[in-house]
Amino acid sequence: MPAAISVAITAGAVDIAGETARFAAGDPAIGAIVTFAGQCRDEGGRLAALDIEHYPGMAEAQIRKVAEAAAARWPLHAIRIVHRHGRIVPGETIVFVATASGHRRAAFEAADFLMDYLKSRAPFWKKEIGADGIARDWVSARADDDDALGRWE
Amino acid sequence: MKIAYFAWVRERVGRSEEEIVLPPGVTTVADLIDHLSARDEGYAYAFAERDTIRAAIDQELVPHDAPLAGAREVAFFPPMTGG
Repeated sequence: MPAAISVAITAGAVDIAGETARFAAGDPAIGAIVTFAGQCRDEGGRLAALDIEHYPGMAEAQIRKVAEAAAARWPLHAIRIVHRHGRIVPGETIVFVATASGHRRAAFEAADFLMDYLKSRAPFWKKEIGADGIARDWVSARADDDDALGRWE
Repeated sequence: MKIAYFAWVRERVGRSEEEIVLPPGVTTVADLIDHLSARDEGYAYAFAERDTIRAAIDQELVPHDAPLAGAREVAFFPPMTGG
């Protein structure tokens, strides 16, 4: 059975408890569920928020494509990905990824793969808002994020 | 053809999208970057770090040598920083 893939792009808060409770509920073949939440950091008090811009339409399509690649590679039952856009304050969730499989290794590896690819393939851009409320610069793409993709080739 | 800009590319060109008619000879993404860069200082600044700019045609990432034929929407943006 192909993995059930579900993707959401939202400006609202991510309800991690609700997402986790609903994810892959009632499928008795699932033996392992991995969930990951990426949060906004305050960078030692320097940041008040992140403004996340996205490309509507393409963002969801690219995330879905990455999820399909994961589903083709690991025996997954379900994948759920939620990505925020708009203003996000430290402690809030930016991205939530959940994977379900019969056994743990596939679920762990697929979640790791999804995060590596989301970071460099999904059209989102973060702008830093300083502790003084003034917009700072755009976050630069990290070379090691690109390097991380090499692990999966 | 619709052109969309995101993040600092959008800020530098001063708009998020526009409609343009492709002039003769502009057949690839790279040609379009040349054409737009010649418009004014803002566009030139946006596309100055040319190798850094990512492009999408109809919401699919493409290399700069990709042909524009049949494209409805072309987007330009910096490397993504999601997740």
